[in-house]
Amino acid sequence: MSMTSPLKDGLAMNFQEVERGLTPREALEESNRCLYCYDAPCIQACPTGIDIPSFIKKIASGNFKGSAKTIMTANPVGASCARVCPTEELCEGACVLNHSTKPIMIGNLQRYSTDWAIQNKQALFKAGKKNGKKVAIVGSGPAGLSAARELALLGYSVTIFEAEKNPGGLNTYGIVSFRLPQSISYWEVDQVKSLDVEIKTNTRVGVDVSATQLTTDYDAVILAIGMSGVPKLGIEGEDLAEVYDAIDFVKATKTEAITDKFVGKKMAVIGAGNTAIDAATCSVRLGAEQVGIIYRRTQKEMTAYDFEYEFAKQEGVGFHWLTNPSRIISDSNGQVTGIECVKMVLSEAGGDGRRRPVPISGSEFVIPVDGVIRAIGQSRYVGLIEQFGIEHDGGVVTLDGDSYKTSNEKVFACGDVIFGKGQGEAMVVSAAQQGKKTAYEIDRILMSEAVDIA
Amino acid sequence: MADLSIDLAGIKSPNPFWLASAPPTNSGYQVQRAFEAGWGGAVWKTLGDPILNVSSRFASVGFNGQRVAGFNNIELITDRPLEVNLKEIYETKKRFPNHAIIASVMVEPHQDKWHEIIKRIEDVGVDGYELNFGCPHGMAERGMGAASGQVPELVEKQTYWAKEAASKPVIVKLTPNITDITVTAEAAIRGGADAISMINTINSLAGVDIHSWNTIPHVGGKGAHGGYCGPAVKPIALNMVAECARNPLINVPISGIGGISNWKDTVEFLLMGSTGVQICTAAMHHGFRIVEDMIDGLSNYLDEKGISSVMDIVGKSVPRYSDWGNLDLNYKVVARINNDVCINCNKCHIACEDTSHQCIDMLKDPSGNSFLRVREEDCVGCNLCSIVCPVDGAIDMIELASDLPPMTWNERQAFLGNIGNESVDFVK
Repeated sequence: MSMTSPLKDGLAMNFQEVERGLTPREALEESNRCLYCYDAPCIQACPTGIDIPSFIKKIASGNFKGSAKTIMTANPVGASCARVCPTEELCEGACVLNHSTKPIMIGNLQRYSTDWAIQNKQALFKAGKKNGKKVAIVGSGPAGLSAARELALLGYSVTIFEAEKNPGGLNTYGIVSFRLPQSISYWEVDQVKSLDVEIKTNTRVGVDVSATQLTTDYDAVILAIGMSGVPKLGIEGEDLAEVYDAIDFVKATKTEAITDKFVGKKMAVIGAGNTAIDAATCSVRLGAEQVGIIYRRTQKEMTAYDFEYEFAKQEGVGFHWLTNPSRIISDSNGQVTGIECVKMVLSEAGGDGRRRPVPISGSEFVIPVDGVIRAIGQSRYVGLIEQFGIEHDGGVVTLDGDSYKTSNEKVFACGDVIFGKGQGEAMVVSAAQQGKKTAYEIDRILMSEAVDIA
Repeated sequence: MADLSIDLAGIKSPNPFWLASAPPTNSGYQVQRAFEAGWGGAVWKTLGDPILNVSSRFASVGFNGQRVAGFNNIELITDRPLEVNLKEIYETKKRFPNHAIIASVMVEPHQDKWHEIIKRIEDVGVDGYELNFGCPHGMAERGMGAASGQVPELVEKQTYWAKEAASKPVIVKLTPNITDITVTAEAAIRGGADAISMINTINSLAGVDIHSWNTIPHVGGKGAHGGYCGPAVKPIALNMVAECARNPLINVPISGIGGISNWKDTVEFLLMGSTGVQICTAAMHHGFRIVEDMIDGLSNYLDEKGISSVMDIVGKSVPRYSDWGNLDLNYKVVARINNDVCINCNKCHIACEDTSHQCIDMLKDPSGNSFLRVREEDCVGCNLCSIVCPVDGAIDMIELASDLPPMTWNERQAFLGNIGNESVDFVK
């Protein structure tokens, strides 16, 4: 049992949700501001196609259950998305009021309705009448849960295989608690479980159960395994104890007691995507005195959302643009003391259309740090994919045209496992939509087979 | 700065803003605070035989999250002894000699009752009387207020009795809970009224609590109808004022009441024939200080229009108010959408498509951008699209030149009648 202390309690407070929800009055006023557009662009801009004007109208009328159901029908992880969606790039960015006053706070209203459902312990869905078909889903993240929910509504017997101790995937382990508390992810999981979906946790496919067994025992298998840890930087010193994988770093803040070992420390985060921002802001909230993001390109090229970047700046995170780490320096005890970097310059665009950074020779300099966090993207579960014997391109599962079918007709894939190589989107909301569509595709195929047999 | 003072049937006040007879004018303390805040006059809360009130009296009717779109009350006339009210009226008038104080009065419909109360009030220096023939709840059950105000003969008689005793102008306050308010207005004038005021509150039940199933408001689980006022009643009041103002038999000044919340509402009532206005709900919602903007806004409006006295706008819109049969059948307006202002919410399209004349098309330009366009040949000029449009200036109602001369329904019928004895089947 870990000791509690005022310091640790204080740090733990830093991981409470940052944004407070709307008050009933705020929700009423904001919902009444919505124009209730016809053929509303916000619906088009939502990857899951939530009927936004309807759920907002239901808040205005006091029909909160109906509002939450409208949201969750279209998006089985709608409570999480209310918190993590880049709304200004999606629904709120499309709001017609951008052209006259200011856009409706759609994300906050979505949170208001789903919070209501959570607080009032509402059961929003009922499982469909069993149709005798069985589907296995590997991974219980947004894509897997979403597929499971839709299949369960359609009457399928669904079993989810989850390697982790708890379900929820990215929403449970990967998004910082002060943005998305685990309780929200668990509520969404419970909504799916309540439809007789079985979730086998601590069950790693490929280890505890074989890929072949799944393809044999089930009518269809959905691979929704997401992505793996952060790849190595390939520089000297990265095996030192104070060099962390950003995914693990964030996960620890959600699964272990909040540590005080970063208090007063100087941390460097390598990379400038959303995970890098998460690792950096987590470091700040763990008490680090100085946190700097090191990125080899410029602010323009970074992949973090604007609001995440703004949030990081507000949290006091520093940014070293056009800087690339070349070596992690340690003292005789193996303690990290600094990171040697080289200044970069952008040259012409490379194969991915982004300008390629090249080092400026002789520009090496050292940033004194006590720890380094790698956040340069995520590696793939290539081994598992290969166990299913399906085609992939560097861990990105190859799909059959516009479908979610893999090269094995019984195996489907959605979510981050299909993201990359010009395919898919990395957002939670996109994964949710892919999960839905995968479910419908399986249903179409299995039901037409059923008709053929009859 | 324009002259804001008014003269209503000989009652003078520094501006047209009076507090109506209601809770805000319950005591000398309140009326004096109101005058300090700038109100030009006050109609004292109705004097009569003291009554008993119930607890839980008011209710608000909200709209889309906004409070007090309408307001409902079941409070009765003053519950303070007459001599206390008279003493405070006297003191208030002494402190504010240039402000108008009108005593609202309600007694049983007997001549001696009216003579008695008017005589008692005469001495304290009021500028006039307002006979409360309008209160729709409580007092009406005892044969007073709206109960007598709904019977033209009683209106006439009681006005006459009050006039017999009064040395100051008598205003008769009319109830809207009647089919045609001009009938009781005419009765008041036959009785000798110096002015009329309208409207009193409208019979109402503010709501039902959908959880407890109690009425709103309720008194220990039981409710009774109240009187409705506030912004929601303004159009009803404005029409009644206008109907009286354009009636040639009703030739006394009108004090306009009903949902007036700001200087713009006031201008509308003045244009439609009110010599001044009485306000209650707006003051109850925001306090007496809201009169500052009413005065300031009215003054700026008159200055901007180059009008030197507020009395100059009284009744200016009355000649423009008539019967439907006098409207030009050949006048035509159509909607036109300004695509550079339009934000593409498509509310006009769906309103027209579902509930009007199906003449607004959702189209795409060559670059794939959405835009809306009115098929003017199918547009009847109903205004609905411009009403639901949330952006000012996105939809204009454009007047189209007509090939035909103006022709009203009445002219058309007269013309057809003159054609002779040929029978014409209008249904076809």
